[in-house]
Parts: sequence; structure tokens; C-alpha cells
Amino acid sequence: MNAARKLACVVVLAVCAVSLAANWLAPAGYARQFREAPSAPPSRQHLLGTDEVGRDRFARVLYGTRISLLLAPAAALVSTALAALIGGLAGYLGGIWLRLARGFTDLFLSLPWLFLLIAVRALLPLNTSPLVSVLITFLILGLLGWAASARVLSTSADALRNSDFVLQARASGLHGPRLFFVHVLPNLKPVLYAQFWISIPVFILAEANLGILGLGVAEPLPSWGSLLRELEGMISFREEWWRLVPLLLLIVVMTSFQTLLSNEEATA
Amino acid sequence: MLLRKMLLWTIARSLARQLGAIAALVLLGGLLSATLVRLAPGFDADERQLDPSLNAESVRALRQARAGEHNILGFYIGYLRSAMHGDLGTSHALGQPVQSLLRERWPVTVRVAGVGLLLAWLLASALAFTACLWRRPAYEIFGTTISGAFLCIPAAVLALLSVILNAPGYLAIALIVFPKIYRYSRNVLAKAYALPHITAAGARGLGEVRILAWHVLPVAGPQMIALAGITVSIALGASIPVEALCGLPGIGQLAWQAALSRDLPLLVNLTVLVTLVTLLANSGADVINYMLRPREA
Repeated sequence: MNAARKLACVVVLAVCAVSLAANWLAPAGYARQFREAPSAPPSRQHLLGTDEVGRDRFARVLYGTRISLLLAPAAALVSTALAALIGGLAGYLGGIWLRLARGFTDLFLSLPWLFLLIAVRALLPLNTSPLVSVLITFLILGLLGWAASARVLSTSADALRNSDFVLQARASGLHGPRLFFVHVLPNLKPVLYAQFWISIPVFILAEANLGILGLGVAEPLPSWGSLLRELEGMISFREEWWRLVPLLLLIVVMTSFQTLLSNEEATA
Repeated sequence: MLLRKMLLWTIARSLARQLGAIAALVLLGGLLSATLVRLAPGFDADERQLDPSLNAESVRALRQARAGEHNILGFYIGYLRSAMHGDLGTSHALGQPVQSLLRERWPVTVRVAGVGLLLAWLLASALAFTACLWRRPAYEIFGTTISGAFLCIPAAVLALLSVILNAPGYLAIALIVFPKIYRYSRNVLAKAYALPHITAAGARGLGEVRILAWHVLPVAGPQMIALAGITVSIALGASIPVEALCGLPGIGQLAWQAALSRDLPLLVNLTVLVTLVTLLANSGADVINYMLRPREA
């Protein structure tokens, strides 16, 4: 691991650790309103000032980071599992199943990802409890984000189907689910890991996009998307620099992920 | 003569197959979006039904108007039948024929996404060619840093920043698409430059421009053309947040409004349109690649 990747790893781990310690580090809860100080600039009491309704921005950044960083991997897990099931199984079965799965995958890939995401998210109830909205948002990301991974996995599984060890296993009388789960799937592990890690930053960005468009996590729960939405009312960068902190944090984390994942991209 | 006939027959057959696949995918895309809208919770909800000035009969009439959309297959077959006669239905939310909405909005998206795409390609190609032609670490670091930074910023944030800075919407689209083009084209060019025959051409003293035009582009060209097809889809996707947040009345903003108001006819038409444009762009790239492919005499 070179120095840049080590540094990126340290940054991601540090941000994760700080966000996990939000309960102790945050000066107040993410929903607590300081009504006497709405839209306040940074001070000793409020390190990043307060938002329009007087909520401590530093606390919201900490809790929002925790939500985005914990649930993006969960969504990546769902999408990778779906991709393994659809792409992996289709590649293993081959023939008509492979053609059907590729057609279905192509259909998903032919629609712009953001268009599909917005359409599906807007169709689900928007006036749900904050916790349900978090689950809906990230579940949608997981359920709609499998197509590209499935395409890669179907190709890898297709190549494995005719490999020597699978042919030998077949000749030994092994077939069906056992052959797939015991011999084929473990050999797809490197591609599966790569797809899982690559999906995380994609889902973080997708949640941020949805949040800015008002279709992400519901208030008062913070996420990077809802925090970035505050940029909408910004007048001047110089006078309100502290409002850019969530964006800077997002850029730092995403850059770290990019640096960390350069090898995984090659595997995928 | 026979060879020429065979070639024409092969081209016609592959074209027919491609068009058939596009038609099937477009129809399936429309059905998929219609099904998703129909299965959505609160599909029947219509804000107009809450209007206290409407009497029971009017509310019943409103419900009746959407009764035909309950059977999704019936709705879709009916939609396809009227589409064949040039009627794409009426938007529930905007109360206008979908056809006229698309006609009004499409030019805005074509202009914004088209100029954005062109700018993105110019910027990305300039940086990628500079990095590969002169091969100095400074160019490489500059391109990678710039593209990496924009790759880390959500599309909607770039749209918001363009509003704050009073920048045109196409600039936001250009900055959203540029890093994807740069990363891919730089890798493709770098791989082409690493090929042994290109290294040999350089060692024999061939000029950089000649190496690029005669040896690198024929190798990297097909992949760059395929990328051009894909970037149309990326630009269309980017036009949703850009048009929605910058207040540009294009297809992206229409898609956004249709999704929020669960406007089934509009959403189905937009899905069909977006799928069609994406597939045509990709197929167009395939056709260009096929035509440019060198053939044996």
C-alpha cells in the first residue's frame, strides 16, 4: 500500500470514527433548536454556526456523516447481493438465462441512473417518518444499483462456467445449487468485493443528489444530502464559508475513496 | 459483386436486429415505468380531490378520469395504440397534451445538454491529449486532480453552485460529464501510446502529430466513439438536477415535475423518450465504429 492509499485509509477511518462518536462529540442533538440563535455564525458554542431554525450545524454534520457513511455500505451490500444472484446465476446457467438477464440489465442501464432513482423515489411516500425515509432511500439505492455490477458478474460467471475446475466438478457428478454456491460463487469473490467497494462512493453521491432535490432523508434527520441542500440559500462564499464545510467533508471522503479504490476499479 | 451483395445483406440484417432490439427495449422501458408508477403507494391521490370548492360529482368525475389507468397492461396497450396515431396522452399535472410539452421542452434540453456535452469533450480531450502527448507528470497530475475533484462533487451541488455563481446551466453539465470523459479517454490514449508499434514509431523519429493521427487514433478511436454514445446518457441524466435547480424549462425539469406529481402519461412518455435517445446514441456509436472499421479487400 503506497503512502497516498495509507493516508486515504486513515482519513476514511478517522471520519467514520468521529461520526460514530457523534453522541459524545456533538454539543447538542441534531434536532435541538436554539431558537434564540437562528442562522448564527460560528462561535465557541456552535463551532459551525446554526441553521435557519437554530440547529447546531456541527452536530448535524457529525450525525449526517454517520447516516451517509453507514447506510451507503448497507445499500452496496444489497446491490452486490442482487448482482451476484442475477448476474452470477445467469452467467453460471448460460444460454437463454444469460440472454434474458443481459436484456434486463441493458434495460436498466439504458435509463439514466438519476432519472430512474428520482422517478422511483418520488413514487414512494414522501411523508413518512424520518427513520423510514432513511431506509427507503438507501434500499432504493441498493435495489436499483445492481445492474452495472450484474453485467460484470455475468461475464465473469460465464467465463467460469466453462473453466476446467467446473467441468471437472460436473464430471464428478456435482451440479445445481451446490456447484454454484460451493465452486462458482467463491471464485467470483474478487469481483464481488470490487463491486461492493466501488458502489459505496456511488451511493454516497446518489444520496446527496436525492437529498438536494428534496427526495432523500426526511427532516429532522440529517444526511449529507440534506446538509448540502442548505447551499441553496447561500449568498456569498466568503461571508458564509462555514456552510461549505459539509461539501468539503464530502469531497475529502470521496477523494479518499477514489484513492483507496484505484485497485478495485482495475479488478472490476 | 456477390461479395458486395453479401456485405450489404449482413449490414441490413445486423441493422434490423439492432433496431428490433432498440424497439423491444424502449417498449419494455415504458412498461417498466408504467408498472412502477401504478404500484406506487398513493397512486390514486390527486390534490384536486381535496379542493373544497368541488362537489361530490366533480370528485367522482376526477376519480373516473383515472379509472382507466388501474389496469396497467390495459393502459399501456391503449397508450401504444394512441401513440401510433400520434396522440401521446395528456399530462395530469400540467393539463396539457404531452406531445406539445415535449415539443416545447425538448429544444431547451438539446441546447443545454448539447453545449454542455461539447464543452465537456473539448475540455477532457484537451487535457487527455496534453497529458499523453507531452507525458510530463505536471500535466498528468493537473488533469487527474481536476477531474478527481469534479468526480467527487454531486451533480446537484454543481447545479446549485452554478445558480449561486450565476453561471449558465450548460457549464454545470459540462463539469458533471467532463471527469468521466477525461478519466476514460486518458486511459484509452495511455494504453494506445504504450503499444509496441507506437513506441517503435516514436523511436524512428516520427512526429508526434503524425503518430497521433496515423497510429494512436485508429487504435483509441473506436473506444472514444463508444464513449461518446454513453456520454449522451450521462448528459441527459445530469440535465435533471441542473434544469430542476437552475429553473430551465427542459425535459429534465419536466421529468422532475412528472415524478413528483406521479403523472403516469408524462412519466411513461419521458421514459420511452430517454430510453430511445440513449439507445440511439449508443447504436449510432456502434454504426460509426462499424463503418470506420478497416475491411479486407
